[in-house]
Amino acid sequence: MTHLPLITPETRHFWEGAGRGELLLQQCGDCGHVYFPPRPFCPRCASKNVKVFAASGRATLYSYVINHRPPPGWPKEPFSIAIVALAEGPKMVSNIVECPQTPDALALDMPLTVTFKKLSDEIFVPVFRPAERAS
Amino acid sequence: MKRRGSIAVVGAAETDNIGVIPDTSNMQLNAEAALNAMRDAALQPRDIDGIACGYVSPVDLASYLGIYPTWYEGTSIGGCSWINMVRHAAAAIDAGYCSTVLVVHGESGRSRVAGPYYGHVEPGSFGDQFANPYGWSGAASMFTLPVLRYMSEFKVSEEELAAVAVAQSQWAAQNPRAMKRDATTIDAVLSSPMIAYPFRRDMCCLVADGGAALVLTSADRARDFPKPPVYILGSGEAAESNVCSIAEVRDLLRPEFVRVSARQAFHSAGLTPADIDHVMIYDAFAHNPLQGLEGLGFLDYGEAAAFIAAGHTAPGGRLPLNTNGGGLRYAHTGSYGMFAMQESIRQVRGEAPAQVRGVRTSLCHGWGGFYSACATLILSNEQP
Repeated sequence: MTHLPLITPETRHFWEGAGRGELLLQQCGDCGHVYFPPRPFCPRCASKNVKVFAASGRATLYSYVINHRPPPGWPKEPFSIAIVALAEGPKMVSNIVECPQTPDALALDMPLTVTFKKLSDEIFVPVFRPAERAS
Repeated sequence: MKRRGSIAVVGAAETDNIGVIPDTSNMQLNAEAALNAMRDAALQPRDIDGIACGYVSPVDLASYLGIYPTWYEGTSIGGCSWINMVRHAAAAIDAGYCSTVLVVHGESGRSRVAGPYYGHVEPGSFGDQFANPYGWSGAASMFTLPVLRYMSEFKVSEEELAAVAVAQSQWAAQNPRAMKRDATTIDAVLSSPMIAYPFRRDMCCLVADGGAALVLTSADRARDFPKPPVYILGSGEAAESNVCSIAEVRDLLRPEFVRVSARQAFHSAGLTPADIDHVMIYDAFAHNPLQGLEGLGFLDYGEAAAFIAAGHTAPGGRLPLNTNGGGLRYAHTGSYGMFAMQESIRQVRGEAPAQVRGVRTSLCHGWGGFYSACATLILSNEQP
């Protein structure tokens, strides 16, 4: 059984956005700080004047491991757990999908695009796949 | 602390055994550690008026031990918590809230007999929502996330990462209580099973049952005990992120919170890294000593891997590090901070199995969570 997170009132907008295919971040209207995870105030200046906005979904691969000990409910093959750096600034933990789960395929700084993995009718988790090269 | 060295460790001991202890509960491991430290200080329950422990209620543990405390503390922010507790207890003694504090760790981390019960990742927490869905399966696939970036930035090889375990195995080989006593090689470490690339089994800490405790009191009283006092010269602590949100650490290669804790500790001790004879850096994984040596100011960023690989922290080296064998070779119950402190105390007392000659000062640094918090302590056998 894959882990299903418990949504809170303060994060519900994030998960509803993910269900629509949007990666939602927040930005402080007073100091301009862009932050994640979601909370209804700015963790830099404590202002409650914060707005939710849809991120570009673009990111780069900051660092990762390839987990050879999958938890119960996961496929047995090793898979990546990564820190991705979002184009808007915040970093987040995620998985890199739709590419071989090998050191050769997972190059640091590679461009990534968000996609969403359905865990339940309510929970779509943001994960990242290699970005298509701009032509 | 009011002044350098105003508080001293007057008792310290570990549980009778460390390793696999399936016949003892989590609470009784706490109690056994406490009783052994009290015996080391020749104290009875009525002599103790302050108690600190983690992931167990300090009030529950006091009651179990027959102690009626006027001060209690239960910081539970990860494995360094017991180092934080010593800092907090020193302040409490200085403030007059209590006179004699027992700081206790016990953990059935391997056999899981009636505990430990962690509250790290409660449903609805950031960890539950933004880390757990990604399939991490223990610290080895979360604490290690920044390391490929570290290796890329500072040109550190897998061989150099393995060399951390090799150096510590040379200390463990001299320690009869170490769980892994064989002096290993880089090839052997790199041949051990892959856990979470680039981390192999022998770059990850052991999993053990056990415990340890210590007794603190004011330096004025410290000479009335059987063992020579170990004075607290300085301490520091800092925090940076949620326990499960390693991605939120602002600079994972040069973490600010480590520098903050180190600065507090060295400033309060009136010392610099050059004054430290012996170092313990909490090693849940092989990269922790690297980032510790750099963040604490012993080395510049990027220098630690080559320094350890050259043997400078191994027996005979100029900066003895993790001389009990560390979490990689000695033991790790899930929370290792108290064991790191015990080895610092043994070294400045001159009673360590792999004793370094002439140790007057020891620095002990621990992490909480996955680079979410840290604490630093500087100890000495000389009162300033």
